[in-house]
Amino acid sequence: MLLSSYDPVMYSRMLTGLTLAFHIIFATIGVGVPLMIALAEWIGIKRNDEHYLLMARRWARGFVITVAVGVVTGTAIGLQLSLLWPSFMKVAGQSIALPLFMETFAFFFEAIFLGIYLYTWDRFKNKMTHFWLLVPVVIGSSASAFFITVVNAFMNAPAGITVKDGKITDISPFGAMLSPAMPTKVSHVLVTAYLTCAFVLAAIAAWSLLKGRNHVYYKKALKLTMVSAFIFLISSAIIGDLSGKYLAKYQPEKLAAMEWHFETTSEAPLVLGGILTEDNEVKYGLKIPFALSILAHGVPNAEVTGLNDIPEDEHPPLFIHYLFDLKMGFVAMMVLIASAFMLLLWRKRELAFSNKRILRGIILAAPLAMLTIEHGWIFSEVGRQPWILRGIMRTSEGATVSDHVDTMLWVFALLYIVLAFSSVTVLTRMFRSNSAEQEIEAKGIKGGDAE
Amino acid sequence: MSYEVLGITVLWIFLFGYLIVASIDFGAGFFSYYSTITGKRHVINNMIERYLSPVWEVTNVFLVFFFVGMVGFFPDTAYYYGTALLVPGSIAVILLAIRGSYYAFNTYGTNKNNSIYMLLYGASGLLIPASLSTVMTISEGGYIEVSDSGKVSFLFSKLFQSTYSWTVVLLALVSVLYISAMFLSYYADRANDRGAFEVVRKYALAWSAPTILSSLLVFFAIRGHNAEHYQRMTEHAWMFVVSFACFLIAVYHVWTRKRLGLSFIFVMLQFGFAFFGYGAAHLPYILYPYLTIHDNFTSEPMAIALISVFILGLLLLIPSLYLLMRLFLFDTKYVQGKRGK
Repeated sequence: MLLSSYDPVMYSRMLTGLTLAFHIIFATIGVGVPLMIALAEWIGIKRNDEHYLLMARRWARGFVITVAVGVVTGTAIGLQLSLLWPSFMKVAGQSIALPLFMETFAFFFEAIFLGIYLYTWDRFKNKMTHFWLLVPVVIGSSASAFFITVVNAFMNAPAGITVKDGKITDISPFGAMLSPAMPTKVSHVLVTAYLTCAFVLAAIAAWSLLKGRNHVYYKKALKLTMVSAFIFLISSAIIGDLSGKYLAKYQPEKLAAMEWHFETTSEAPLVLGGILTEDNEVKYGLKIPFALSILAHGVPNAEVTGLNDIPEDEHPPLFIHYLFDLKMGFVAMMVLIASAFMLLLWRKRELAFSNKRILRGIILAAPLAMLTIEHGWIFSEVGRQPWILRGIMRTSEGATVSDHVDTMLWVFALLYIVLAFSSVTVLTRMFRSNSAEQEIEAKGIKGGDAE
Repeated sequence: MSYEVLGITVLWIFLFGYLIVASIDFGAGFFSYYSTITGKRHVINNMIERYLSPVWEVTNVFLVFFFVGMVGFFPDTAYYYGTALLVPGSIAVILLAIRGSYYAFNTYGTNKNNSIYMLLYGASGLLIPASLSTVMTISEGGYIEVSDSGKVSFLFSKLFQSTYSWTVVLLALVSVLYISAMFLSYYADRANDRGAFEVVRKYALAWSAPTILSSLLVFFAIRGHNAEHYQRMTEHAWMFVVSFACFLIAVYHVWTRKRLGLSFIFVMLQFGFAFFGYGAAHLPYILYPYLTIHDNFTSEPMAIALISVFILGLLLLIPSLYLLMRLFLFDTKYVQGKRGK
């Protein structure tokens, strides 16, 4: 029985996981949407097209609601790190305080300029002045994602420190930031956040078009977001491939567990799907010859380390294979949807905005993208178990020994349910009571010069 | 100045910054709710909202900055406070979460004000200072027990039954209302909003006497609870005397309805002197008697890196904060509501 006795480590893991899983939704929106707002506003100013300016304004209005929830859940996880993982934070404080500190600066910077941006729409004569206020918001939000991912990269592949008898000595603050996991992790996190937000905003436009509201505003929104999504999708695919190569070199146990690769061999096949029997035999899986070697090292005959060469008490849980497969399944569907839209846009332009299947697909792509982010994070975090600091500190050594972690888990779960429910209600009410058409009419906007 | 002292000074400045901006924010939330149930909402609400909307997000950052910096400079605090504060810390987080999000839901989300949202917002604004102030109380020692094996446990019932902890809560509550009302008086005056000004001026004057009385109470309570700390506070007695003088000047100006900006500067000085006097006397302890600023201070390269980043960060922050104030605090047209959003 999982919950039969009080185990603070288990409950700490569950509570941290819950808070992060909830926060990541709003954090992703927080990183990606400012970029999309900036794109829309910039196009609006350059083309002198009021539709794009309105788009930026409407996105920004909804964005504030998500920012609020992002800020409060971010504060929660920030404090929970110390409350639930005090021994870990004692070590982390010595080694990775710098990026944590820088993250708050980035957050500060973003908060200040977001406040200014939201309240100065009509204040400056030159429209570009208002646009420039958004640049620090974009930089701040991406920089805070950057720094916090640097912290996570350190936990996956500690660098810049010397470990002597279980104690950390000789800390190089900047060296610790340059962990080998850093480049792939940071770029993957940033690009997939942009991608997800592009899909989320595209889904909103697609929803309206599907409902038969075929104002040119929605077409412009759909085109802008889907073209962006397509570009981000290609970039995340390239970075995803680099992440595989990183794993093979620095965290072979994670790669081996995710691919159920037990024997160290060359010409290693990649397993898709399948189930694992109790004596670790893979059944019903689809084996693609050489693919794992190519994924790991770029050549078909490269040797890939298997799980049998790794001490058993350092094995990550083997179910991460399912998470990874699911994630790649989502990615495949997103690629399909985005490519289909691009093909239509190129060949039969009007059909791209009216084909019901395409529109439904785009609406589906948004939750898929968010799920991919969740799966990717769970996969990455569970995949480094049993370590909290790979090779240095086990998760069980980092957790609190306090009582009441179980009560806190239920209380926070309730809080997140309430927040999720309220924010969805507020957001839908906000846009339903004031549609883009109504606003266009109220503001007396003529159709821009684009159509 | 050693790195330790420099580090704790930086953090103390940020905590002070949080004290001021959060008090304005928390108090304003409460007054906003209070004015709704007393039927004065239409008089002061616009003015409060004009101030709060662009800055609410910034307030939170001061707090995050403080605790992230604390763990960075003094990693052992994470161990002691982290283990001990699970329940009170989580309660504070939940209240902050409710307050922050429902503020946004109400301000940006709905067209008409939702009274449940207002209640959540107003009530949490008073509960948060109370829950956060327990950290201050705990730092005085006596509420945490460390076993021989190093296990830290928090003596909740002891904190709950202690007179000292209740005086601190009282001080936190009344000073929030006092600071906020003093600021709003200044803001209403700038906005040239006579109606709002008269309402918040009354709040400010009403909360001034309780503030000073509860400060005195805390003084006596510290003497009973931690005589060593009290002793060191008397060595810094001049700071508390100056603080009291600043209080008198501040209240005098609100009383005579003149020079309200100057008045608020003196409110900040009043709390500044008291807060830094209290902090200086608290040193070298971070958690009496287990943790001083010299125990397990972060490594030298990390301290240098943190301080350098801090200075660079300030170079970025100060102009930005100045811009924020220029646009929303010192821009007469905005303050008077003559600029749209």
